[in-house]
Amino acid sequence: MNFISRYRRSRFFGPALLAAALFLLATSYSVASATTFKAVTSSNDKTTLIAEGKEIFARGCSSCHGLNLEGGAIAPSLIGVGAASVDFQVGTGRMPMTDMSVQAARKDPIYNEAETAALAAYVASLAPGPAAIRNEDLAWERSGDAAEGGQLFRSNCSMCHNFAGQGGALSQGKYAPSLMGVEVKHIYEALITGPQSMPVFSDKIITPAEKLSIIKWIKAAENEPNLGGASLGRTGPVTEGLLSWSLGIIALIGVAVWITAKAK
Amino acid sequence: MTRSERVAGTVANYVDERTGAAKWLKKNLNKVFPDHWSFMLGEIALYSFIILLLTGTFLTFWYDPSMQEVEYDGSYQPLSGLKMSAAYASTLHISFDIRGGLLMRQIHHWAALLFMVAIVVHLLRVFFTGAFRKPREFNWILGIGLLTLGIVEGFLGYSLPDDLLSGTGIRIAEAIIQAIPVVGSYLAYFVFGGPFPGEVFIPRIYTVHILLLPGIFLALITAHLMLVWYQKHTQYPGPGRTEKNVVGYPLMPVYMAKAGGFFFIVFGFTAFLGAVASINPIWLFGPYTPGQITAGSQPDWYMGWLDGLVRMAPPLETHAFGHTISWNILIPALIIPGILFTGMALYPFIESWMTGDKREHHLLDRPRNAPNRTALGAMSLTFVLVTLLNGGNDLLATHFSLTINQIMWFSRIGVLLLPPIAFMITKRICLSLQRSDRELVLHGKETGRLVMLPHGEFVEIHEELSPEKKWTLTQHEQLPPLEITQENSAGVRNPKGLRAKLQQYASKAHQEQIEKPSAKDVLELGDGHH
Repeated sequence: MNFISRYRRSRFFGPALLAAALFLLATSYSVASATTFKAVTSSNDKTTLIAEGKEIFARGCSSCHGLNLEGGAIAPSLIGVGAASVDFQVGTGRMPMTDMSVQAARKDPIYNEAETAALAAYVASLAPGPAAIRNEDLAWERSGDAAEGGQLFRSNCSMCHNFAGQGGALSQGKYAPSLMGVEVKHIYEALITGPQSMPVFSDKIITPAEKLSIIKWIKAAENEPNLGGASLGRTGPVTEGLLSWSLGIIALIGVAVWITAKAK
Repeated sequence: MTRSERVAGTVANYVDERTGAAKWLKKNLNKVFPDHWSFMLGEIALYSFIILLLTGTFLTFWYDPSMQEVEYDGSYQPLSGLKMSAAYASTLHISFDIRGGLLMRQIHHWAALLFMVAIVVHLLRVFFTGAFRKPREFNWILGIGLLTLGIVEGFLGYSLPDDLLSGTGIRIAEAIIQAIPVVGSYLAYFVFGGPFPGEVFIPRIYTVHILLLPGIFLALITAHLMLVWYQKHTQYPGPGRTEKNVVGYPLMPVYMAKAGGFFFIVFGFTAFLGAVASINPIWLFGPYTPGQITAGSQPDWYMGWLDGLVRMAPPLETHAFGHTISWNILIPALIIPGILFTGMALYPFIESWMTGDKREHHLLDRPRNAPNRTALGAMSLTFVLVTLLNGGNDLLATHFSLTINQIMWFSRIGVLLLPPIAFMITKRICLSLQRSDRELVLHGKETGRLVMLPHGEFVEIHEELSPEKKWTLTQHEQLPPLEITQENSAGVRNPKGLRAKLQQYASKAHQEQIEKPSAKDVLELGDGHH
């Protein structure tokens, strides 16, 4: 007790006590509010995976999609959507949704890969649907043809996603998102599952080989340097007009003012 | 006299004896131009036109105006092996395989955008300062002609590469032609030499783009400048400047140096833009095929307002006597632009009808001193701005988290509601500025210095304006509204009919002014204290 009474009247005692109290409060709060999720170990055992997925689903998804995937007033049924759909929606962070606005937006995923796989396995176990895709299954770099992919892209995708995959507007605030920086498996899964406003491009409409070509073209567009200088967003003539009305004419008028200024 | 002077003199004499140029040059090189930055705006347009001629000529060396299908084997890999028109392939060739080709294309396109921007800004200057008044009405009309031609010429240039965006634009042009009642579908067949897209359209517009329209441009620009030359340049009001003189610098050497230097600056700046900022990256758009379309299909900005009008048009169509009339295209794409451009071209005559002023004017108005005209200008600008915004509705939606539907409804209502509001606000601002001018002339500038007089009164010291400044603020004339006979001696009311009544009304609106201080007012309050 001598130790405390010795320093009790020190001028550092007050601040130190405050810091200690804050530390204690913060620690206890974060411990108390910490998610009690068990780390899902990657398991080859399918039954375990499904069981884990069921648990995550019950906790994180069922309030909207129903305990048996039957859907509800605010969310669609997930029966038959398949693992591909779950992998796309959860893997790109669209699900779980953060707000109920017109469209689920891409964001940092809430669940890690193992959890996503468990969820996908669980949803797929109840009704058949397209299987999830792994990046390494898609040999787009080897077997895709970028020029053909570009042609297919302009015929099927650019009307919504823009000529360079930058995304575009749809009606009522919906939009086609930018395709830049999207994992190839997610592009493929979107093509076969048709998330949100997007149509399904079945293998009969666009063959798997053609899908790889499209992916190759998107990746080529993503990695293409800006050959003509600053890209101005690759969104067409609007930004060009904006630049000519802002920097362009203002700079030239500035020069005109300078030229006609009275000599001092 | 040195040797070189002697040689120069001999050469000059030789030329003069054969052409008589000395007398002409002596007269014209001493011609005086007033100095103001806003008088250089038309020059920006002129210089952009010269840049367009130079870079355009370069592009014609390799561009192939043909819709012949070829297989691309140039160096841009993502398109390699694709079937495309020779026009598109040659544009790719210019962009990637001709040294400096992409730079030239980009300078050409930036110069085209700046050309149109400069024309519009120049037009606004001429409008808001009343430079179009007698005797310059014809030159105003020439200017409107140049603006119209510029829009067409720009659109044709945008169409020539035959990329996906070009083709989409041409398709819309076809739809607009088809929307002309009765003859539309025939006209479209004539223009395209058969059904869209056909094989002849690109070669045809190429001839128009590089031969016919530039030729007309040159002729009109020459006439435009010769009229300026002949009528002399207008000037801003100020001491010593009257309706009968021009105060400024002589063409030689001052203006030659300034204008010549300005040309190089404009050229340099456009080249800089062409070097650092991508414009119309046709390789990203891909070749045109009628089955394809892309999000973000927009025309260049000078057509954006037209696109915006079409985008906001409600879907109206009637079918009568075996013909379809597409009001949704006809009204926004043909009727409204027709009214706008006719109104704009006739405005000098409309204004002189409203004011009854048939005299010559060489002194410019300060915009606040013509509140009604300034307000009309602001009204038209607001109209175009709303339609222009709607032309980019999809990008506004994605970049500002709005919905296309909201923007469309905002535009539909705003295009009718906002221009009148802009008119009223602008007119009030102008009248307030006139009031403030009157204050300034009568009471001088507020200095913020408070002085207590011996008997305890506080006054703020106002600094009197210089006589020059006072003159500038009060030199304008304020015409009374027209007095049109409302009732003749026989007791017939409104003997001149509805038109006269309308003129009376317009004149009253146009001549609404805050009375400027008279010489008597100024003298009475001349001591700056009251």
